[in-house]
This record gives sequence, structure tokens and C-alpha cells, in this order.
Amino acid sequence: MSQMTDMRKTEEEWLRTERLPHVWCPGCGIGIVLNAFLRAVIRRNIPKEKMVVVSGIGCTGRTAGYVNVDSFHTTHGRAIPFAVGVKFARPDLNVVVFSGDGDLFAIGGNHFVNAARRNHDLLIIAVNNFTYGMTGGQHGPTTPTGAYTTTTPYGNPDRPFNIPHLAISLGAPYVARWTTYHVNQLQNSIYKALNMKGFRVIEIISQCPTVYGRRNSMRSPMSMMEYFQKNSVINNKASYEEMELTYKGKIVVGEFRNVGGIPSYEERYEEIIRRAQE
Amino acid sequence: MTEKHLKEGYYFWSGDVAAAEGAIAAGCRFYAGYPITPSSEVAETMALRLPQVGGKFIEMEDEIGSIAAIIGASWTGERSMTATSGPGISLMNENIGLAVMTEVPLVIVNAMRGAPSTGLPTLIGQGDLMQAKYGSHGSYEIITLYPNNIQEAFDLMFDAFNLAERYRVPVMYLLDGLLAHMYEKVYVPPREEWEKKIIRRKRAREGQLPYQPDEDMVPPMPLIGEGYNIHATGLTHDERGYPDLTPQAQEELVRRLNEKILKHERDIWKVEEYLTEDADIIVVSFGGESRAVKAGVNLARKEGIKAGMLRLITIWPFPWEYITKYSADYIVAELNYGQMYHLVREYSDNDVYQLNKMGGEIHTPEDVLKRIREVSS
Ligand SMILES: Cc1ncc(C[n+]2csc(CCOP(=O)(O)OP(=O)(O)O)c2C)c(N)n1
Ligand code: SF4
Ligand SMILES: [Mg+2]
Repeated sequence: MSQMTDMRKTEEEWLRTERLPHVWCPGCGIGIVLNAFLRAVIRRNIPKEKMVVVSGIGCTGRTAGYVNVDSFHTTHGRAIPFAVGVKFARPDLNVVVFSGDGDLFAIGGNHFVNAARRNHDLLIIAVNNFTYGMTGGQHGPTTPTGAYTTTTPYGNPDRPFNIPHLAISLGAPYVARWTTYHVNQLQNSIYKALNMKGFRVIEIISQCPTVYGRRNSMRSPMSMMEYFQKNSVINNKASYEEMELTYKGKIVVGEFRNVGGIPSYEERYEEIIRRAQE
Repeated sequence: MTEKHLKEGYYFWSGDVAAAEGAIAAGCRFYAGYPITPSSEVAETMALRLPQVGGKFIEMEDEIGSIAAIIGASWTGERSMTATSGPGISLMNENIGLAVMTEVPLVIVNAMRGAPSTGLPTLIGQGDLMQAKYGSHGSYEIITLYPNNIQEAFDLMFDAFNLAERYRVPVMYLLDGLLAHMYEKVYVPPREEWEKKIIRRKRAREGQLPYQPDEDMVPPMPLIGEGYNIHATGLTHDERGYPDLTPQAQEELVRRLNEKILKHERDIWKVEEYLTEDADIIVVSFGGESRAVKAGVNLARKEGIKAGMLRLITIWPFPWEYITKYSADYIVAELNYGQMYHLVREYSDNDVYQLNKMGGEIHTPEDVLKRIREVSS
């Protein structure tokens, strides 16, 4: 009990409690992800002044407004290049990008791809709620084929990104996927990733009952969580095909890639400075 | 910083190289950019020189990423810069608005080409003067500077960075296809001399909120990594930096963002007045074009016409007092269909004429002379 009270007190130090209540809907999954993130950061004993959180725009993008560290709510899709600037200028800081699927993979897709390729030392927390929550539930780059959204009234003809596959193909040293049902695994994954170097990607399948679940017969937060619980399969060795997400289909979760020793862009640039000053 | 890599003495540089070297001398240590003619030599110079002086250069995936990265870097305290040409500015505009709203010092070089669109990549244009100020959405002020020779392309970088820091605002640094690629002799003064010119970012008073302005309407800028728990957002915000989506907060913030520049416009303005004292006709011009204008004015003087030149070095905020103070007629010579013409007309009580060319080359001194003759007869 007292351990829990302690955790709660510490967590409150990491939150801008004066800004609560937050803007998220009751039952939204973003809070679960934020909670897991804060617990992992606290367990890691990272000094607050060494942590920077950067978000884009969206419901998930509002996270930067609640964490009580240097935190930036940037423009739609541009959290990653903003974070690149911070990290490259101050390699001693822990820079975390906390943003939504549309922000990171549609409008910001080019930045994701290139930052991963360059292996910037960033932790990417990607909240995938299958939709553009903030703008009212349009389909986005992760909406499963066939799903109903405000802009796919007859079902989605589009094919979604396979985010772990994408990240792995770009050489990201740490790639995992969890759902908001897997709180402990998620927290442990963030905890582990915080201690690694390079472009680390954690995708979290999260519920947006308000604008996504409602149109896909999962109106309540519980029904979405039940879907995650019943359909998730942990498989760290999943093939790329198995990682693919389908409408109401299986969700393969796990830690798909975890390799050390790949130098980050920031580390490689130290060598550039050394050569230039010879 | 390694001493052996600091420049001093005489060099033969292009405008792009001089702007990059000027930036380094003025303390710039972070550059992010995406190559585009005629600005690419700025990037190439930075790639070579920044790591020599302990700075950082990164080639980003596009101009949107470039400006986002320099905004992030500027929050760590680094003097940060990018360079591009018109197409790149068009892509950067949303984030120029973010830098205005969150009050982040930046220098953005625009080596103007013939435009619209891809236009004339290697040739001069002056069509981005309105874009420099009005490119992003909303009502705001930024500072825009525009040299007309290569020494000035170096020297004016001190003003660019100092003004950006002083007013927490992006500074648009205009070059053009002519200046970017033209070579001239540049004198770089000894280090002690130029170091004195660098104005450092002011620090917050104890307990001062991150967006709580001083008397001068400019809030001191907290830096990342110093325990301020900064929050910055492009949303309308209060003095703590927190979103405040009310008409009252909008009114207060947007007024201040405009007025922090306009209230200091006289401190910002820089112009060159050439033979304007007794002039009956003043040709207003700027950048590469002004070199022909000066020659044209000299030709007119030889014919006994009292002509002069007003060269705008500060484009924005528009140095309107230099228009109202004369009772002459004006010709606005510019390489576009007519942009600064409208500003001059707004402030002049006398006749204002145009001398336009759509870009690709500057007017000849004879073109200028001909127009002066036409309007003064
Ligand atoms: C340039 C630009 N285009 C469009 C928008 C509108 N917009 C705001 S948030 C958003 C989508 C957010 O979706 P996602 O990143 O998945 O975040 P979520 O709200 O689902 O957490 C869009 C399209 C914007 N703010 N800026
Ligand atoms: S709209 Fe969806 S994603 Fe946004 S706060 Fe509500 S439940 Fe969460
Ligand atoms: Mg989303």
C-alpha cells in the first residue's frame, strides 16, 4: 500500500497536476500509456531536468502538456524533427517523442522514416488508436482495411501500415508492440528502451471508444479492452506477415527487435567533429 | 572552439559563403537544411565549417524537418540557422508560425530565385518579399534583412542573430540568385572585435514565468535542460506557456507578438540613403537590384536630374519613416510584379511609380535612368 502511495506521489511530481482534469475522454487509452511511461521513467531514476518530451498534434499530442518536464507541443507531424534538433544539440538529454499514429506515420511519415534510417537517439512512443481521434475519427494510415470511420462510411479501402515491420526495415534497434491491456509488459518495455541507444519504437494499440470504437461496434472502453485481451498473442519472433493488423483480427504483440551496438547519429557525429578538427 | 579554425583577414567569397561565415562568426553553432539552388553553398559551407568550430550540421529529409530541427535546437540555447530558396520557404511556413507563436530565435536564409514555383532556380528574383512576412497563417511580425554586397552579407549576419535573440523572433535573411553566387572581397575583423558584437540571450529573473514579458514586451527565454519544466505550444497560451483558448488570451498574446517588434521598429531599421537629401525623385530598391539602381541614379545626376536612392536593408518591419520624411516622388524598382510598391504608396504623399522586371536579371543602369527621365519630365 505504502509503495503505491509513494509511486503516486512521485508520479504527481512528473505531472502538471495544475492542468488536470485532462482533455481526454473517459476510458481513453492514452492515459494508460502515459501512466506506464511515467512509472518506467521513475523506476529508471532519470532526473527530471534530463528528460524532454516532444509531441505533435492530436489527442496523443496533448501528452506534452501534462508531463512536468521540458515539453513541447509542436506542429502536426513535426515532433520527430523537432526532437532531432534537441537531441543533436544536447546529446546528454533523454528525448522522447510521444505522439499519435496519424501524426507520426501520415503527415510525419517522411520524418519517421529518415530519422529511423539515421538512427537518432530517440524513444518513440506511438499511440495507435486506428484513427484521427482529435479531428473526429477520420481514417488514417493505421486504420485496418474494412473499418468504419467518418471518411470511410462504406468501410476502409486503404491498407494500414505494419509499423513494427516498417521500423525494423529501417534498422531501428528496439521495436515492440503492446496494447493498453498489456500494462506491465508495456511499462517494462519502456523501462528497457529508456536504457538503450538509437531509434527505439514502441507501438501501443490503444482504444478510442469515442470516435473509433463507436463506429465499429465497440462503443464502450471495456469492449475495446476485451477485444485487445481476447485477440492479442505474444510472439517476440513473429514474422512480418504475422505482425500485420487486420480488422478485428489477431493482434500480435511482443518485443520484435532488441539489438545493441548500432551507433546513433549523435555518436557518429562526434567522429565527424574529431575529423574536422584534426 | 578550436582557434585554428577561426577566420580572420581578407577572403574572396560568394554571398552564400559569406552568409555562412558571417553566421559562424556571429555565434551560430547549429544548422539543419535541405539543399536547393541558389542556397546550397550555405549548407556546404556549414557542413565543412561547423564541426571545425564544435558546431553541428545536419542535412534533413526536407525543409519542414529542417526548420523543426532548428526550432528544437534553439530551445537548447544554440544559435540556429537554416538556408533555402522560395520553394523551401513555402514548405517551412507552418513552422515559421510555430517559431513566432512560441517565440524562438532563428535565422532563415532565403536566396531568392525567379518564381513562382520552381521558376528560375539559378537566377535572381525578388518575389518573396511579401511571403517573408505573410507566408504563415495569422497576423504577426517578423524581421527581414537583405544585404546588397558580399561584405554586407557577412556583416549583417550579426544583426540577424542579435535581433532574433533580442526579440525572440525568426529573422528572414534574404539573398538573391545574384548575391548568392557573386564573388567579392570580404574583410573578417579579428575575433575580439566581432565577439564584442554578439548579444547574448537574456536570462529570466527569479520566479519569472516563461512567457512573462519584461518592460520591452519580450520574455526572457528559458533553456531546455535547466529544470524550468518549460512547456511550449503553438496553441494560444498564457504566461506559463499553458494553452488558454479564450479570446482574451488570444488578444493579449497576438497583440504582444506584433507590438514587441513594432514598438522597436526604429531600433531595427537599417537603410542606405544615397543622394536623397535634395532629391526630387528617389528610387527605392534593395538587394542585388540596388547595385544597378545606384549606377542609374549616378547617370541621372550627370544629366542634372536630382535623383537619389533609398536602399532598404530592413525589409520588415517596413521602414516607413524613410518614406514619409521626404517630399520627393518615388520609383520602386523591384524584380517582381509590384510588392514593396504598395508599401511605399501607402506612406508617400507624392507620386509613386513602378519599375518592374519579373526576374532572371536585374535592370540595367540605363533602364533605371530611362524610368527616372520618364517620371521627372
Ligand atoms: C497541418 C495540419 N493538418 C491537419 C491538422 C488537423 N489535425 C489535428 S490532429 C489530426 C490527426 C491526429 O491523429 P493522430 O495523430 O492519430 O492522433 P490522435 O488524435 O488519434 O491521438 C489532424 C488531422 C493539423 N492540426 N495540422
Ligand atoms: S477522441 Fe478518442 S483518442 Fe481522443 S481523447 Fe477521446 S477517446 Fe481518446
Ligand atoms: Mg490516432
